[in-house]
Formats: sequence, structure tokens, C-alpha cells
Amino acid sequence: MRENLAERNTLSGRVRAAANAFGLPRLIIAGFLLLMFIVAPFVGNDFWTQISNVINRFSWNAILVLAMVPMIHSGCGLNFGLPLGIISGLLGATLSIECGFTGTLSFFAAILIATPISVVLGAGYGWLLNKIKGGEMMIATYVGFSSVSFMCMMWLLLPYHSPTMVWGFAGKGLRTTISLEGFYDKALAGFWQIKIGTLEIPTGTLLFFALMAFLMWAFLHTKTGTAMTAVGSNPTFAKAAGVNVDRMRLLSVILSTWLGALGILVYEQGFGFIQLYNAPFYMALPAVSAILIGGASVNKASIANVLIGTFLFQGMVTMTPTVMNSVIHMDMSEVIRVVVSQGMILYALTRKTEGGGR
Amino acid sequence: MEEKKSFGAAALEFASNNIVPILFVVICAVCIPLSGFSVSYLLNEIVTRMGRNIFLILCLLIPIMAGMGLNFAMTLGAMAGEIALIFVADWQIWGIPGVVLAMILQIPFSILLGLLCGSILNRAKGREMITSYIISFFLNGLYQLVVLFMMGPIIPIKHFSIKLPRGYGIRNTVSLLNMRQCLDNVFAVTIGGVKIPVLTFLIIAVLCLFIVWFRKTKLGQDMRAVGQDMEVARDAGIHVERTRLISIVISTVMAGFGMIIYLQNMGNIATYSSHSQIGMFCIAALLVGGASVDRASIGNVFLGVILFHTMFIVAPRAGAAITGDSMIGEYFRVFCSYGVITIALVMYETKKRRNKSKTAQELARAAAEETAKEAAK
Amino acid sequence: MSNAPLLEMRNIKKDFFGNQVLEDINLTLRAGEVLGLCGENGAGKSTLMKILFGMDVIRETGGYGGDILLDGEKVDFATPFEALAAGIGMVHQEFSLIPGFTATENILLNREPTKHSVLSEIFGERLDTLNHKEMDVRSAAAIEKMGVHIDADMTINSMPVGHKQFTEIARELSKEQLKLLILDEPTAVLTEKEAEALLDSIRGMSARGIAVIFITHRLHEILSVCSKVIVMRDGRVVQDCPAAETSVEEITRNMVGRNVETGGAQREVRDVSGFRTAMSIRKLWVDMPGETVRCVDLDVKEGEILGIGGLAGQGKLGIPNGIMGLYEAGGSVTFDGQEIPLGSPRRCLDASLAFVSEDRRGVGLLLDESLEWNVSFPAMQIQNKFLKKYLGGLVKWRDEKEIYAVTKKYIDELAIKCTSSKQKAKELSGGNQQKICLAKAFALEPKFLFVSEPTRGIDVGAKALVLESLRKFNRDSGVTVVMISSELEELRSICDRIAIVSGGRIAGILPATASSEELGMLMVSKVV
Repeated sequence: MRENLAERNTLSGRVRAAANAFGLPRLIIAGFLLLMFIVAPFVGNDFWTQISNVINRFSWNAILVLAMVPMIHSGCGLNFGLPLGIISGLLGATLSIECGFTGTLSFFAAILIATPISVVLGAGYGWLLNKIKGGEMMIATYVGFSSVSFMCMMWLLLPYHSPTMVWGFAGKGLRTTISLEGFYDKALAGFWQIKIGTLEIPTGTLLFFALMAFLMWAFLHTKTGTAMTAVGSNPTFAKAAGVNVDRMRLLSVILSTWLGALGILVYEQGFGFIQLYNAPFYMALPAVSAILIGGASVNKASIANVLIGTFLFQGMVTMTPTVMNSVIHMDMSEVIRVVVSQGMILYALTRKTEGGGR
Repeated sequence: MEEKKSFGAAALEFASNNIVPILFVVICAVCIPLSGFSVSYLLNEIVTRMGRNIFLILCLLIPIMAGMGLNFAMTLGAMAGEIALIFVADWQIWGIPGVVLAMILQIPFSILLGLLCGSILNRAKGREMITSYIISFFLNGLYQLVVLFMMGPIIPIKHFSIKLPRGYGIRNTVSLLNMRQCLDNVFAVTIGGVKIPVLTFLIIAVLCLFIVWFRKTKLGQDMRAVGQDMEVARDAGIHVERTRLISIVISTVMAGFGMIIYLQNMGNIATYSSHSQIGMFCIAALLVGGASVDRASIGNVFLGVILFHTMFIVAPRAGAAITGDSMIGEYFRVFCSYGVITIALVMYETKKRRNKSKTAQELARAAAEETAKEAAK
Repeated sequence: MSNAPLLEMRNIKKDFFGNQVLEDINLTLRAGEVLGLCGENGAGKSTLMKILFGMDVIRETGGYGGDILLDGEKVDFATPFEALAAGIGMVHQEFSLIPGFTATENILLNREPTKHSVLSEIFGERLDTLNHKEMDVRSAAAIEKMGVHIDADMTINSMPVGHKQFTEIARELSKEQLKLLILDEPTAVLTEKEAEALLDSIRGMSARGIAVIFITHRLHEILSVCSKVIVMRDGRVVQDCPAAETSVEEITRNMVGRNVETGGAQREVRDVSGFRTAMSIRKLWVDMPGETVRCVDLDVKEGEILGIGGLAGQGKLGIPNGIMGLYEAGGSVTFDGQEIPLGSPRRCLDASLAFVSEDRRGVGLLLDESLEWNVSFPAMQIQNKFLKKYLGGLVKWRDEKEIYAVTKKYIDELAIKCTSSKQKAKELSGGNQQKICLAKAFALEPKFLFVSEPTRGIDVGAKALVLESLRKFNRDSGVTVVMISSELEELRSICDRIAIVSGGRIAGILPATASSEELGMLMVSKVV
């Protein structure tokens, strides 16, 4: 400890301490992204278009990344079961359209319908995770997969009728991709949208995310939020201090699932389409690696981690294809994305965690 | 104490221990008549799939023995096998010589990948499964980098039939038509319309013997010890990390062989997707056979392959018969694969916890009895 | 043939970071001799054995002073494996067995006889196949040597506890080079019959020329089987004589007796017999691994400081842990006339009980969080302190200012050394962490406080401060304090009464003015 202090007093020590605090992998990715931004204008990509793209992608994905926070806080680990929340969101979305809501109203109707579904599914999921403490991440992954493949059957079987959603020739069974035009396409993004030349900022979506992030931040400052953090930090301590550990974990899983549902709805309004069937399968992995890139660990995460992580990850995902294509005429972005994001998860998994659950 | 267990209780215990295989027997029993396939067609398909898959599934046994759980990173071996086959296809060496050359060629690749995977897993003790699962994704990225971008400009690939038209990278499918089923056809016997790939089965038999023998070796014994309690094994002087590393390397190399057997049967390589699903299907099949995360036998492999693939064959047709939509069956079998893995994982984790609480209960009971005795005095 | 003794330890010294735990230990042992080694916990027995066995801890903490001679030759083991090779075997208190293996497989673990094959010629020895026949022969021979019958083909997890212990002993005996066997409290888990069998087996080993060092708290066992007794106290040998020349009483006296000048001066011990009963515990059992409480009846008087002492593993730690709901427990506990349900920390805290755990890092602290969080957390959760309420109490917001104020108050009061109240708990030294644990309990303003091993692993200065603050807390606020400690002197220095736990039961309660000998006799009275 004293050495640390001494180190902080020299300049190089201070730089090193800052670098350590920021984390080497984050530094590399941030550097890479910065390089992309610098190179982009030289190879013929419009700088402001690039910025707009990154901000757009950020606004679509930020809430999905935010959905990681509650479960990490309560010690349930990385929420590989995010597809469960996404499915609640998809049910909300399709039911909202089926019920005949249109325009921006359909967005809020979708949230309203998705909420009870995500609470019920999240409660079941949380109950399961409480029975298998210590093995959460693997089981979460497969709970996600099972639910997605189960819903694949359900999308075909459930009695949907809305002509905008079902296959035209069969008259039943939902399409794989449903256009949101006329429903909640850009429901948030269009709100107070700023357009200056090629720069486009989806103010509404960003504000919505800011609201959610603020609520999450506020929740973590309440008595219950404090208890949740303590459960993740040291469950035995929390138990000895009279906190009902299982209930806190359950609450965190429900919150995560609900945010997942919300996240996919926000994603869809930006993207303009609902993607069903196999689409939710691998949606957890980008969110997981984004928050890890943001500097979170398996049992610690903050709103800042969400912000930084989503920005870096989405920045990388949007910038690399265009820049790479212009520079070397090879689209290696997919490969880079996979290697970086999975590498980040591996890095987090192989690090020792302190004060973790017994 | 356990001698006089009633028949009913015993049956119930058997059922709860074997819930997954029983469930699958029921599914198959319902779906087979619905599908309307003929017996000989079914048998033919199952025998083909046994020959194709068993070797791959067997490679999961050794990491389970070493306590590292289900090796989701067996796809690494599959990738090594594919790379070897791509080279062999490029060199236009076909038939048995091609298969044998590919098998030899894949060994260094999979040893390298196995070493990488094993050393990462040694740094993530206690969460091997999720880590091996992520490793398989991570390596898939690197695999794409090699096959899609480096093959051509950096790694010489000559033959136009496998190269993408743009001049580098490998096509989405590499045809192995000239070595298709060349192993299976050697000494093949047809009995009642069912073709039996004798050589493939012989190879599988040799592997089974290898595994049986391996369990009896010093190394096998060490693996079992490490698998049950790493600390005790370490105190006894066993090199824990090294033993775990070896188990992963063996598994990866075997998966490489298995993948080549698999692909020669299929007759083509789906360059970017063959390996990605293989891990999941192999693990699901093993679990369907009644294996768990910490215990698996050769019997589980055979039973699993038969049950799982029967379901796989009949589900689409049965689904179509029930709902009139063949996609339902397709989705159903994917759901079954994931569902089985989920159930097996949950059962493993809850059992681990139940064992602990049982000892607590016993201690508590003893204490209570003593209290009662004291009160009586 | 030289006439040197089998083992000779000369002037062994050891300190842990300046804290002297062993001073000038001399010990000789001849082949076939059985040495009984006794002493309280912390007397230095296990440190001495770790030095002899070449354990890693010793080297990592700076090695030791003095010489160890084996058969007259100086040795210095770098690892336990070297000690094993030199013929020293040790059976530890915790089992070191593979649960799914049979007794035979465990006895010969990593020393299995093997058969060569063609493949092993190519790929190395690890591919030799095991020679099961030879394994059976060897394990049978080891069991035979031990003289206690166990089923060699039974797997460990289906064995009774005693047989696991015997499997461990058989494993050591199966090593042909074995000359000296160290048994660390082997009878603790055995039934009376099994213990008797073990003693016979020790006699048998001794007859075969194997020397045994036998560590136990059951003193009559020492007298019945040992040829020689060494008693240690505070890192020194205080008694070294043939077993025939001593008695249980003398050994006990030597184990716990202290010189008058070193004993903590007792300050104002109060007679509490007239006080009201605050808590009464009836027929309490607690399933805490290693600290099982079997049947405890105890009354705690209001406003007193009650000490609970006893040897390690006898159950003294189980009492507070069971009552506070951290381990499964049964029986009845009433506090202030109210029944306290067991198994619910929340209900205990609601009833104004508080607990400072002996496991600071595992239970006591949020290592990754700030001191502020650590101090304020239970009071916030239980009593809604340090919260601001908005929207009619719907939103309960952390009041950072008040949290800072209370943390600052205890940092000053308890002289906690830290850079700021925002520092993480894991960065503090052990003594300061302990003070944080106390502050956490004080912030709850309880009526009744359990403190478990409050001075374990902290330095002398911090020790005095911790004890003084407990006494002050008791005297100023009238809080009833129950302090559990392995150090008798510490208990005598601050408590009014001392209850001694032995064998999971209360062996007796004495005023703190009682002599160490009296308390010591109680400690070993019901040892199981």
C-alpha cells in the first residue's frame, strides 16, 4: 500500500497507475478505435457519418449492456441468459402489433406487455439460478439457448393473425423478419433528432438510455441496491448482516431480464425490424463482452463500465468494416469482432476473482 | 440400511437417475410411428450415423474423467481435422491415402490447439465448462482468420476448386467427393438392406479398447484422482496441471480423428459451419445416453448416439405429421439438444448441493438424538 | 551402527515476521519410541511438526533456526516429498483422500505398482498399466501392519469417518522407508472402540521399530501408549519426561500454567450471580464443521462479560455461529424473555443481538468495498439507519454524509489506521480489519454482543486496544458481551465469568479469578 503511494508521486508511476486502473485490454481497444477515427477521413470515409453510425449503434445496444449490471452486482455472474429477456421483449413486440397498436404507441404498449412476461420468466430463471449457485454462467447460457429454440417452435404455432407479421401464403406462423414501418420504427430515435450535415444524433434513444442508466444508478444507491451489491461482493457477509441472499439474487435476475426485454425493443426501434427465430441466440455474447471491455469483472460492474464498454465495442464493430474495406479491401471485421469479444470474455474468466461466493 | 428398499422405491430412484434417457425413449417411441419411416430405412440411417459420430463423442470421455466436465472445446480438434482435410483436398490426394494423410497431418495442429486450450483451462479452474465454451468461439474466430484470409496469400492453396473466386480464402463448401465414405466402404457388409461400415466400426472398437486400457494405466488413474480432488492429488505428488493438460490434448487429437471420419462420411466440408455445431450435438448425444458432467462411460456413448439420432431422424417428419409444418420438427430437435444439456447441467449442480446438505442432515440428526438421550437421563 | 537417536531436533527457533512462536526446542526420539506431544492451541506443536515435515509455509515465512538430525545426519527438507523419502510420514487432521477411490487405491495413491507394456516403452512410464494384484497385496500388508481391519475394496465416501482415518494411517505404513510417523490428533474423529484399536496399533508400530509422535488432547491416551511426554507452552518445552513419571494433572498444569507476572492482571471482576438472566440457551446443537456443538445449556447474565474458552475443535466457535444463524442449529434460545428462532440472522439482529465473526475475511468484511460500507451496512439494512427517505419512505436513499460521520467516529474512537474512510477493507492490516468488524457491530448499538476470537492474528498493541474497547463498550453502554477466545489469559483479563467448552458441551463455568489449572482441567475434561 505504501509502495503504491510512493509510486503515485512520480510521474511515470502515476501514468502506470492510471494505465493499470484503466486496464490494458481497454487501452488497446481504445487505441485501436482512435486509430480508426484518425484513418477514416484519409481513406475516404466521411468522419461525421462514421460518428453518427457509432452513436446510433451505441443507442441501440446500450440498454442490452445495461441489463448485465444487476446480475453482476448480485454475484450471479455474466448474464449469458440474456436471450430469455430478449424473448420477453419479442413477445411484447409481436403482441403489441397483434393487438393493433400502431405508431409510437405500439412501442410503449410493447413495453407494457413485455414487463409482466419478463417478470414471470425472470422469476423462474432466478429461482433456477438460486438452486445452482456457483454454476450460473454455464446454465444461464443453456437456459438462453433452450428458450430461444423453444420459442422457434412457438413463433410457428402461436395463433398470430396480423397480416404484417405472418407468412403471406400460409396465413399463419410469424415471419423471420418483421418490418416496423408504421409501428415503432424510430419511435425514440426520431424524437428531437439532431441533424447537422452528415451528423445524425438519435436524441430520444439516448435520453431514454440516460433515463434507464440514471434509474439503475439511483437503484444502486438505495437500501435494496446496497444490499444487492453486498450480496455480490460477499454473500456470507450479507447473510450474516440479515440480508435474504436468495431474494436479492432473484430480484437482480428479474431486473436483468426486464432490462433485456426493454433493450431488444429499443434495439428494434432503431434497427427498424423485429428479428425472430434464431436471431436472439448469440445476442448475449456481444453484450457480455461489451461490459467486460468497459472494465467490469465477473462480479463488479458500474454504469461507467456500460458507457465505455458499449461505446468501444460498438465503435469497433461499426468502424472496422468500413475502414478495413477502404484500406485493404478485405472485410475482416467479423473476424476481428469475434476474436476481440471472445478474447475479452476469456480474459475475464481466467482472472481470479476476490471475495467471490462460496 | 439400504437392503430392504422396496421395488417401487428402487424403480423411482432408477427413473430419477436416468430421467434423460427415459424421456428420449418416450419421445422416440411416440415419434417413430408418426414419422412413418420403414424399419430398414431407420436402421440404415442409425448405423450410418453411429459410424459417423461415435468416434467424435468418445473424445469427450477423457476430460470428464479428469474432472474437467464436458469439453465444449472439442471443436478445436474438429477445426484441426478440417484444416488437414483442406490441405489434403488441395493436394488432390484422394481415397484412403488422403484420409490417412489428413489424420497424420491433423495431429500437430490439434496438439497445438489442445495445449493452448488446456493451459487456458488450467487458469480457470472451477469454471472449465463455460471457459471451454468461450474458447470454442474464440478459436472459431482465429480459424476464420486463417481459412478465410490467410489461406491463399500466406498459406499456399493452389487448387481453384476450393479457393474462393476472389483469389484468397476457402469456399463455403469443400467437396470431398473423391474420398466420400472411402473408409466406410472398406469391408462394408449389407445385411437385410442395412449397410454396415465394418472398417469404421473396427476403428471405433479399437478406440473403445484404447479407452478401456487407458483407464487402467497410471495416467488414467492419475486423471481420475485429479478429477475427484485436485488438492489431494497434488499432495500425493501428482502433477495436476500437467495431467489436466494431457487430458485435453488427448481429447483434442481424438476429436481431430473423429472429425475426419465424420467428414469422409458426409463427403464435403462446410468450411465455416461444420465444426460449430458438432460440439453441441456430441455433448447432447452423450448426455442423452445417461452420462453426467462428472461420469460417463462407453455405454452412455452408444446408447446416446442411438437415441439422440433416432430422435433427430424422425422428429421433422413426426412434427410435420402432427402440425403440418416440417420446420416444427427441425426446431424441436434443436430444442431437445439444448434442453437435454440444460437438464443435465441443472441435475449435476443440484446433486452436488444435495450431497452436501445430506451430510449436514445426518450430523444434525445425530446431535438431536443425543439431546433426546440426555433429556431422558 | 551408530548409536545416534532416530530423530534429534536441536535449538529449533521460528518466528513469523518477528513474532517468536518457537524458542529453543530440543527433542530426541529413538526408534520404536512413542512420544506424546501436548500443549494448548497455539503452543507451537503444529509449527514444530511443519518444520520437521518441510512444509512450504515455513520456507515462505523465512525458514527456521536450529538443526534437525535424522539418524545422526543433519537434514533440511525443502518439500514434504523429501521428508517422505527420508522416512517421515504424517497423518494430518484433515483427511487427504480421494473420495471415489477404494482404500487400496488411496493407500497406494501415486505409488501404484505397474506393469510395463509396449506402449509405455514408447510414450513413457505413465502409460504403464496398474498392477491390481500387486496393489491388493501391498495394501493388505499395510492394513495387516496397522493391526486394525478395514475393507480394502470399500470406496472412501461410503466409509465411516474412523475408517478414513485408518486408511490414512495405512497409507503411511505402506511406505517401506517409514521410520517415523506423526499423528496429529488422530483420535478426534474416532469412536471409543476405534480409538482403543488405534492405540493398540501404535503399540504394534512401536514394537516394529517405528517411532511415533502422537499429538492429542486426550491426555489419558498419552499416558497409556507413550513412552515419553513433551508438553509445550508458548513456543517452549515446559516438560519433558518419561510418561510413567507424570500424571494427567501435572500435564494439564504445565499446559495452561503461566507465571504470575506474565498473566494478564485481572481488573475488577464482578460477581454477577445476582444479575438478571439476559439470554438462556437450552439444549443447543450446531452443525458447524470442525466445531460441532452437541448439547449446550448456558445462561448469560445481563451486563456481564462472559468468556467462552476451550480447545480448538471442541465447539466453542459453534455456539455464536449457530445462534446467529450461520450454521444449522437446533435447541432453544431465549433472549429478554423472547424466543429467538434459530437459523435466521435477520431475527437475531432484529432482537438487538450482534456478532463479530472469527472469520474476518470470509464473514466479517466486504473486502472489496469501502470502510464506510463495511461499518454502516448491517445498521442500514436492519435498522434503516443512515438512510434518507423520499416519496413517503418509498425510496430509501443512502445518506453518504451520515455514513461518513459514523465511520469517521469509529475510525477515531478505535484508532483505525487507514488513508481515508473510502479505503477498501482488504487494504487494511489484520488488526485494523478487526477494529472495522467491531465498529460494524457497535454501529448496530446492540444490547447483546457475541465476539468470536477478536484478537486472533493481530499484534499486541492492537490486541490491547480491541480488548479495552470491548470492555468500554460493556461498561459504558451496559451491553452484555460474550467473548469466545482460545486464549485463556485474554479471557481472564476482561471477563467476569468464564465458561469452558469441551466435547461440544459446557464443562463448567468459573469466575475469572479461578486459576489457570482449574480452567485447564475443565478444558480436557470431556474432550472427544
